[in-house]
Amino acid sequence: MNLLFVILIPFIGAGLAAGVSRFGRLQSAWTAGAVTLLAMILLMPSVAAPFHGETIIQRLPWLPGLGIDLVVRLDGLGLLFASMILGMGLLIILYARYYLAETDCMGRFYAYLLLFMGSMLGIVLSENLILLLMFWELTSLSSFLLISYWQYREDARTGARMALAVTGLGGLAMLGGFVLLGEIAGSYELSVILASGDLIRADPRYPLILVLILLGIFTKSAQFPFHFWLPHAMAAPTPVSAYLHSATLVKAGVFLLGRLFPVLSGTPEWSVLVMGAGLTTLLIGAYFALFKHDLKGLLAYSTISHLGLITLLFGIGTPLAAVAAVFHIINHATFKASLFMAAGIIDHECGTRDMRRINGLWRYMPYTGTLAMVAAAAMAGVPLFNGFLSKEMFFAETVSYSAQTPAELFLPIAVVAAGALAVAYSLRFIHDVFFNGEPVDLPKTPHEPPRWMMVPVETLVLACLLVGILPGLTVEPLLNVAAAGVLQSATPQHDLAIWHGVNAALIMSVLALLGGLVIYAGRRPLFELAADLEGRLSAKAIYDWLLGRLLALAGALTRALDKGSLQRMILILVAAALVLGGVGFLGVSAPLTGMAERMPADPVSLVVTFAMVAVAIATVILHRQRLTALIVMGALGLFLALIFVKFSAPDLALTQLSVEVVTIVLLLLALYFLPQASPTESSWPRRARDIGIAVLAGGGAAALTWSILTRPAESIADFFLANSVPGGGGTNVVNVILVDFRGFDTLGEISVLALAGLGIYAMLKDLRLPGPMQDSRGQPWNWDMHPAIMATLTRLLLPLALLVSVFIFLRGHNLPGGGFIAGLITAVALIMQYLANGVEWTHNRITANLHPLIGSGLMIGLLTGLASLLLGYPFLTSTFTHVHWPIIGEFELASAIAFDLGVYLVVVGATLLILVHLGLMHSASHPDSPASATPSHR
Amino acid sequence: MEALIALIVGVLTACGVYLALRGRTFPLVLGLTLLSYAVNLFLFVSGRLTIGQPAVITDSAVGYADPLPQALVLTAIVISFGMTAFIIMLALKARAELGTDQVDGRPDAETPG
Repeated sequence: MNLLFVILIPFIGAGLAAGVSRFGRLQSAWTAGAVTLLAMILLMPSVAAPFHGETIIQRLPWLPGLGIDLVVRLDGLGLLFASMILGMGLLIILYARYYLAETDCMGRFYAYLLLFMGSMLGIVLSENLILLLMFWELTSLSSFLLISYWQYREDARTGARMALAVTGLGGLAMLGGFVLLGEIAGSYELSVILASGDLIRADPRYPLILVLILLGIFTKSAQFPFHFWLPHAMAAPTPVSAYLHSATLVKAGVFLLGRLFPVLSGTPEWSVLVMGAGLTTLLIGAYFALFKHDLKGLLAYSTISHLGLITLLFGIGTPLAAVAAVFHIINHATFKASLFMAAGIIDHECGTRDMRRINGLWRYMPYTGTLAMVAAAAMAGVPLFNGFLSKEMFFAETVSYSAQTPAELFLPIAVVAAGALAVAYSLRFIHDVFFNGEPVDLPKTPHEPPRWMMVPVETLVLACLLVGILPGLTVEPLLNVAAAGVLQSATPQHDLAIWHGVNAALIMSVLALLGGLVIYAGRRPLFELAADLEGRLSAKAIYDWLLGRLLALAGALTRALDKGSLQRMILILVAAALVLGGVGFLGVSAPLTGMAERMPADPVSLVVTFAMVAVAIATVILHRQRLTALIVMGALGLFLALIFVKFSAPDLALTQLSVEVVTIVLLLLALYFLPQASPTESSWPRRARDIGIAVLAGGGAAALTWSILTRPAESIADFFLANSVPGGGGTNVVNVILVDFRGFDTLGEISVLALAGLGIYAMLKDLRLPGPMQDSRGQPWNWDMHPAIMATLTRLLLPLALLVSVFIFLRGHNLPGGGFIAGLITAVALIMQYLANGVEWTHNRITANLHPLIGSGLMIGLLTGLASLLLGYPFLTSTFTHVHWPIIGEFELASAIAFDLGVYLVVVGATLLILVHLGLMHSASHPDSPASATPSHR
Repeated sequence: MEALIALIVGVLTACGVYLALRGRTFPLVLGLTLLSYAVNLFLFVSGRLTIGQPAVITDSAVGYADPLPQALVLTAIVISFGMTAFIIMLALKARAELGTDQVDGRPDAETPG
C-alpha cells in the first residue's frame, strides 16, 4: 500500500503546512520539504520493480459497485513522472522559501503546492481512469489556487480563471472519452484498456473517443488552439511557474498522450490530429517567444513550443519517436525549470522582468548568468547539453517519417525553422539580459541572490550537463524503463551518443543553430513587424468574446425566466408540472380506472366529503377576510383527522389533531401583525386564468389519486409487520418504523424541525412590528384581563395534560402514541397557558431559552445511534428487554425509547420556540397596552 | 369511497393552487397549508383504504393497514408545520422590512386594515 500513501501524504501535508504557519514563516517550508521527502522515502521500496520489467498494482476497494477502486500502478512511465514531481517539488520548495516576500503567506503557498503535488502524483500513479480524472481535475483546481496566489492582483485572478475554464472544459470532454473507453474495454483499469488497443481502434466510436480525450490533453498541455491560457498563468509566483508550467502540470497532458499511446496511436486520425496540433504549437510558440519582452512571457511561449515538439513526436507514432518524446520531457523539465528559476532571481533582483530595461547584468551577477547560459544552451539544442540529444532524435524522427510521405521536405523544413527560432529566443534570453549595454532605470541594484536560492538552479543545470555529456551513464536506464512504460513493450534499440557521424539530423541541428544566429542578428526589423501584428492574432480575444457572449446569454436567460415575481414563478412551476404530467399520459392506452375491488361509500363519509369540499371552497371565497378564512380552514384539519381515524391510522389522527391546534394558534398570532384583509388586486381575466390552472391541477391530482386507488396495491408492509415485534420489540408498527426501521430518516426530520425553529428564532430576533390598535371594522382592540375562570382552569389542567403526554409517550412503542405526538401534546398544553394566562405571566414561569432543549433532543437521538455503532451494530440499531416493575408489572424497555425521547424534546423545543417568540413580539408590539404595563394576574 | 377521497384530494389541491397564486403573503400561506393537506392525504391513501385494522400487532387482528405510508405521513405532518411556521415568519419579516405583505415586496399605496 506504500504507493497509495505516496499520493495521500502530500494531501495530509497540505493541511499540516497550512497549520504550522502560525508558528513562524519558515515552519511551512520545512514541513513541506519534510512531507516531500517522506513521500520519496515511501516510493523507494517500489522503485526497483519497473527496472525488472514489473508493473506494481496496489488496490483498495472503494466503490466496487461502480467498478471503481482506489487502485494505483507503478510502471516505468509512472516512476519517471513521480520522481520528476517529487524531485522537482523539493527543489521548488527550497527555492520558494527564498523567493516569497515577507508579506506573502507561506502557509497558504505551501499548502496549495502540496495539494497540487498530491494531485499530480495521483494522475501519474492511477490505474483507474476515473480515479485519474479525479486527480486531473484536482490539478486544475489546485493550479487555480496557485496561479491566483496573489489574490489582490487583477491579472492573477484573470489568469487563474482562464486556466481553470480552459482546462476544466477539457477535463469534461475527457471524462466523456474515458467513459466511452471504459464501455468498450469493459473496465476502467489501465491494464485492461492498454491490452485492448486493437478492439478500441476498431470500434466505430474511436474517432469520438480520440477527439474527446485529445481535447482534455491539448487544453492541459496548452496545445494550439488552447495555448493562450499558459502565458496568462504567468501571473503566478515564479516558483509556481517553474513547477507547474514547465515541469509538471502542462506535462500531465503529454503524460496522458504517452499513457494512452498503445491504445490510441497508430491510426491516420491520430497522426493528423496530434501531429497537426503539435507542429502548429511548435511553430507558433517559438515565433511568439522571440518577440516577448517579458522574461517569463518568453519562457511561457517557449514552453508551449516545446510541448508542441513533444506532442509532435507522439503524433509521429513510431516507437523511436515515443522514446525521443519521453527523453525530451525529461530534458525540457530540467532546463526550463532552471530557466524559470533564473528568471525569478533576475525579477527578484531587478524588480522588473522587462528585457528592454534589463541589460548587461553580467557585471552584477556573473554566477547566475553562467547557470542561465548553460540552461539556455540546453534549450537551444547546443551540443554537449541535454537538449541537443533529444532535439537531434527529434530531427531524425521527422526525417524518417517524412521519407514515407509525399511532401518529403515539408516537415523537416518546418521543424528546422522552429529550431532556428528556439536558438534565437534562447540567444535573446542570454544576450539581451546579461549583455547588450547597460541596465535601463532598474528599480533596484541587482546582485547575486542568497546562496541557497542558487542550489536548485545548480542542481538542475548540473543535470543538464551530465545528461548532455554522459547520457549513457545517467539517463539511459530511467529513459529505458519509462519508454517501455509508454510502449508497454521493450524499448527499441537507440543510441544516446553525442556523435553519430554526419547525418541528416546533425545537418539540421547545424542549420538551426546558424539560422538562429541569423534571425537574432536581424531581430530589429522583426520586432517592429511583430509589434504591428501584436494583438491581431490573439486567441485571448476570441476567448474573451466567447466568455462575454456566454455570460450575456446566461444573463438574458435568467432575466427572461425570473421577472422578480413570485406569482409568475409559481404559475410557471404549476404549469410545468401540468405539462410534464400531461405529456406522460400521451399515447398511453391504460385505462384511468384500475381493476381493484372498490369500497362502498357510507353516508357518513359522504357527508364528511361534502363538508370538506364546502369548507375548502369557502376558504378560497372568504380568503380576503383573513381571520374568517383561517378559522374556516381550521375545520379542514379536523376533518382530515377524522379521515385518518376512519382508515385505521390512529397515530396520524392524533398527530394531525395536535398539529392543527398549534398551526392555527401560530397563524392567528402571526395574523395579528399582518393586514386583516387582502385587497382585490387581480383583474378578472387573471383570476379566471388562475382558476383554470387550479382546476386543472386539482383535476390532475384527483385523477392520479383515483387511478392509484383503483389499482391493486403491492406493498412492502409485510416485512415491517412481520419484524416489528421480533426485531423492534414494539407492536405499534408505525412507531417502530419511525424510531427503528427508518430511524435515520426520523433523525433527519427532527434535524429539519430544529433548523426551522432556529431559523425562525433568528428571523424574529430583534424584529419589531407595530400591532394594530383596532380591528378591521374599526373597533378598538380589547385589552381586557385574561378571563379568570379560564386561566384558573388551564392552570389546573396543566399537570393532567402533561401526564397525558407522558402516558402517550410511554405507550407509543406498543399503542398509538410516541415522541412526535407526545411532544405536540406537551407543546399544546404549555401554549394553552400562554393563551389563557398571558405571555408575561407564563414567561415568568417557563424559560424562553429553548435552545438547550432542542440541542439535547438532537444529541440524545444522535447518541442513541452512535451507541449502537460503538457496540458494533449499524447506526441506530435498537435493542429491547422486558423488566418487571413492582405494581406496574411487566414493562418492556427498548433502547428506541431513548431515541423517541430525543424526538419528543426536539418537537417540544421547536414548537415552543416558534410560538413563544412570536408571543413575546406581541407584548413588545404595544408597550402602552395594559397587558404589558402591569403584569396581569399576580 | 375511492371517488370521494379522489374528490377531496382534487378540491384541496385546486383550492391550494389558487390561493398560492394570490399576490399577498397570508393567502399564500393558507394555500400552502391546503396543499400540504392534499399531499399528506394523497400519500396516506397510497397505502390503500383499510377500515378498522390499525397497524398495531395483536393476536386477534385479521389484517393490518399499511404502516409505511402512515409513518411517512406522520413526519410529513410535523415537517409541514415547520414549513408553514417558517413561511409565515418570513412573511412577517418581509412586512417588517419592506412595509408591505405583497409577495414580491412591491409597495402598496394604501394598506388596508
